[in-house]
Formats: sequence, C-alpha cells, structure tokens
Amino acid sequence: MTSNSKNIPLDEAAFKATNSEIMPFLGNPSELEVVKRLKLGRWVVAFALLWLSFLLVQALIGNPNIDYGIIGQYVFDRRIILGLGNTLMLTVLLMALAIMLGIILAVMRLSKNPVSKVMASIYVWIMRSVPVLVQMIIWFNLALVFDRISIGIPGTEPALFSWDTNEVMTPFVAAVLGLGLAEAAYVAEIVRGGLMGVDRGQTEAAHAIGMSAWQTFRRVVMPQAWRLIVPPVGNEFISMFKTTSLASVVGMTELLGASQTISASNYRILELLVVASLWYIICTTIFSLLQFLLERRLGKGYNQHSSGWLGQALTFLKHRASIRFQEKAL
Amino acid sequence: MNSDALVTIAGLRKSYGPLQVLNDISLEVRRGEVVCILGPSGSGKSTLLRCINHLETFDSGLLEVDGQFVGYRREGMRLHERSRKDVARQRSRVGMVFQRFNLFPHLTVLENVCLGPLIVRKVKQKAAEDRARELLDRVGLAGRVDFYPAQLSGGQQQRVAIARALALDPMLMLFDEPTSALDTELVAEVLSVMRELADSGMTMIVVTHEIKFARDVADRIVFMDEGKVIEQGPPAEILSAPKEERTRSFLAHIG
Repeated sequence: MTSNSKNIPLDEAAFKATNSEIMPFLGNPSELEVVKRLKLGRWVVAFALLWLSFLLVQALIGNPNIDYGIIGQYVFDRRIILGLGNTLMLTVLLMALAIMLGIILAVMRLSKNPVSKVMASIYVWIMRSVPVLVQMIIWFNLALVFDRISIGIPGTEPALFSWDTNEVMTPFVAAVLGLGLAEAAYVAEIVRGGLMGVDRGQTEAAHAIGMSAWQTFRRVVMPQAWRLIVPPVGNEFISMFKTTSLASVVGMTELLGASQTISASNYRILELLVVASLWYIICTTIFSLLQFLLERRLGKGYNQHSSGWLGQALTFLKHRASIRFQEKAL
Repeated sequence: MNSDALVTIAGLRKSYGPLQVLNDISLEVRRGEVVCILGPSGSGKSTLLRCINHLETFDSGLLEVDGQFVGYRREGMRLHERSRKDVARQRSRVGMVFQRFNLFPHLTVLENVCLGPLIVRKVKQKAAEDRARELLDRVGLAGRVDFYPAQLSGGQQQRVAIARALALDPMLMLFDEPTSALDTELVAEVLSVMRELADSGMTMIVVTHEIKFARDVADRIVFMDEGKVIEQGPPAEILSAPKEERTRSFLAHIG
C-alpha cells in the first residue's frame, strides 16, 4: 500500500469520476443496451482509400491518351489469340518437363546414393542461382558453343542423327528448355518436401506386405505426397504462366510478343499491354479455380477433417451408397 | 535344431554406435506357438521384432524364418544381402501389425486389404476383393469396407491392419505393441481379434504391455531388458514366480 501510495489517488479519482455518474439502477436490466464506440480512424482510412482509388480511376478513364476502343478491338484479334495459344502451350510443356524432371531430382536428393544426392543438389543450386531470362538466352544461343546436335554410339562415325543447332533451337524450344529446366529445380524442392511429408510408417507398412521399393513409391508414397505437392505446384504453374512472357525476349510470339508485334505497327503500346494483361488475368483466375477444385479432389480419405461442403457432401453420399449396398446384401 | 521351429534366432547382435540394442539374442518360436515379448521400453523388443521381417538390419547372428534367412543368403560364414525383390517376397509371408496402424489413408478399407494380394501376389481383382471382404468380416468390419481409415476409430483401424496382414496368408504374424496407441475402451476389441487368431493356430510374436492378454493367450512369455533375453517360460511361471530380479521389478511396476 505504502509503496504504491503515489498511484492510488489517481486511480481513485478516475474511479470516483465514472462512479459518480451512476445512479442506482431501477429499470429492467434486460433492456440495457451496449452502444458501440465510433471508430473514427477506420472511417478516415476507408474514406482516404476510396478517394485515392477514385482519383486513379478518373485519371485513367478520363485520359485522352488511352483509346479504350482499341482495347476492345484487339482483345479477340487473331494474332492475340494465337499468342495466347502459344503461351498456354509453352506453359503446359515446360511444366510437364519441370514436373517429370523435378520428381526425378527429388528422388535423387532423397536417395542413399551419395553421388546422385550431390549431383541433384548441384543442379538445384545452379538452376536456382542463374536468372531464367539468362538461361533462356543461353539456350537460344547454344549454336555458339555446339553448332550441331548429334545422337550416335560413342566412338563410331557417322552419328545416327544430326541436326543444325540453329534449326532445332527455335525461340519456342529455347523457352521450354530455359524455363522448364530451371523450374524443375523449384519443383524438385516441392516434391522433396511432399515425399518427406509422408509418414515413414507408410513405407514400412508397404514393405511389410511385401511391396517392392518401386511399388511402394508409386502406390503408397506418391499418391499421398501429391496432396502436399499439388497446391504449391499449382502456384508454380500460375506463376510460370506469367513468366512465359520473358520468352518474347528471344523472339517468341506468345501473348506479350504478339501484342508487341501489333503495337510496333500501330503504336498503341499501352492499349495492347492492357489487352495482354486482360488475358493474363482471365487465365490466372481460371487456373486458380481449377487448382481449388483439384485440391478438393485430392482430399479423398482426408475429408473427415475438411469442412468443405463439396467434400462433405461426397463423403456423405458415399456412406449412403455403401450402407444401402450392405442392406441389399443382407 | 528343432524341426518344429518356425523362427530360429541365435546370437543376434545389433548396435547403434556404442549402444547395444540387441545383445546376443537367442529365441525359438515353434509353429502355432504364441509368444509374448515383455520388457521396459528401450529393451530392444521392437527392434528384435522388426529384424524378423528385415525392417531393421542386424550386425551378426542367425535369424531364420521357415528355414530361410530373412534378408540374407548364407554362404559359409558370411551373410550376403538379398536383392530387394527377394526380400519383398520373403516379407510378404510374414504379417506385421504396427503400433500406429499405418493404414494407407488414401485408400478405402477394402483397398487397403486388397493392395498386397493385388500387387505382390498378382491375384485377380474379384478374388482379392472376395477374400478381403471375408477377412474384414472376420475382424468384425464387414460394414466398413468403403470407409477411409480416417473415418474409423483407432480400434477399427487396427483391426483393418490385422486383416491387411492376413490377406497375404502369412505363416507368421508379428505384432508391435498393437494396443499401445489405443484408447483404453478400444483395446479389448483388438485383443479379442488377436485371441481369435491365436486360437485358429496362427504363429504369433507379440510385443505388448497387456499382461492379462499375455497370461491368457501366450504359450510362452519372453522377458527382455537391455537388449538381452532375461528369462522365458510359460506365462504362469514368468508372471507369478519370476526368477530374475529385473522381471520381478518390471512386473511390479506395470502390474
């Protein structure tokens, strides 16, 4: 008491000030209502944000330098649609390459063989250290180092197959290799995480019923790892879909390249960039939705813990079906 | 050596660095016999069990199941590791039930039980399913064939795990603390399935803390501590009148 005596008078004063407003309460307690405080700060921030947005939209819409008619005119232009097709094909191919190679790299990194472990680590290290744009340009200029690409039996002449590197290394091929081989390193890390996320007991149980290492990997470990791998790989896919725009640098006419080709002749640079952006937004939105649905599907066997209505409905219907089946059997 | 012996272990040793996990283990299990291994944690009983189907390797010693080394081929005084394919084939004849069930969560109960026969034995789908339904009926889960493991209680999951092991018609069943991860009220249902299995003549090696089960079902109890077999004998003898001080103090603690 004595040591705190300096603080006490203040507290008591505050207590008395509020207390003195209170008269003995005689009304119906259930009619007492709480009145929320006005949160002034929130209103100020919200208003400021809305005002800034309004200014931005006004500056864009009212801008005499942007021709919105041009945007609408070119959204479904044949060249833009072809460019979009190229972008999609490039994304699918490079991700397919990255996923296949990524799984192999992940298995190598987790294997007991020290050489494959180190090799895979070096691959991941280098591919993640060099910018993909640089890698893509290197592939495009491969002819500077190897003028011909040949397949043959070592030590015998002539080679079975031989191509001129410049003919093979089109912008498209350079883009698939440059982006796909680098992306494989990222996918490898995701897959490795997924494989490590599967309980060791699963492998032991599979071995205990006599499954081989490969059977265990394919039938037990990988299906469970997918559940952990798909969400981040989905993100990678969406991210790569946009990164393919770098391929315009080596002269590939994907979505950005196509819009730049058009703007090079009509000088509507910003309008065509908006056209490209619109398609990037549309496709990214669709991919995100597909990813969401795919994750739902992969939740099979784990639905108990998910609160998603679709998963629950499916589980519910399955139970109903199995119960009916058993009733029939009886 | 007794021709009746299904499992013969002699002079088995294993160490992790300086730690001797198995220190000169010798043990024989006859066909149709139920052996319960008791002992404090860290006594090496789980490691021993896992050596029997080669989930663990050992450093030296003899370990034969049905007259064959598991995981190794003997040439003179040397044991050569077998190919992974051979090991897999050998393992498929020894059923194993784990403490944490280890059911495959992405497969239904029926698919869990069918997987081994389908993939390892190349049994036809229809035959595998019929057999799986029969086994699930035997462990009292006929009504749960299309459920996923996560939708079952621990006791039900463990019974599925037993059915999964039985689906490969094993000549020997290993149980690694099959009830330790279960809530007390679920232990009985698993033990009763195991009891029924023992009555049907299955050769079983059970690592457990269930003294009552050991007393009622085991033909023999083996007590292990610090990587050694301290003593073994019929349940009545070991549980009621242990000769060794360590067995006595263990039973006093657990009982």
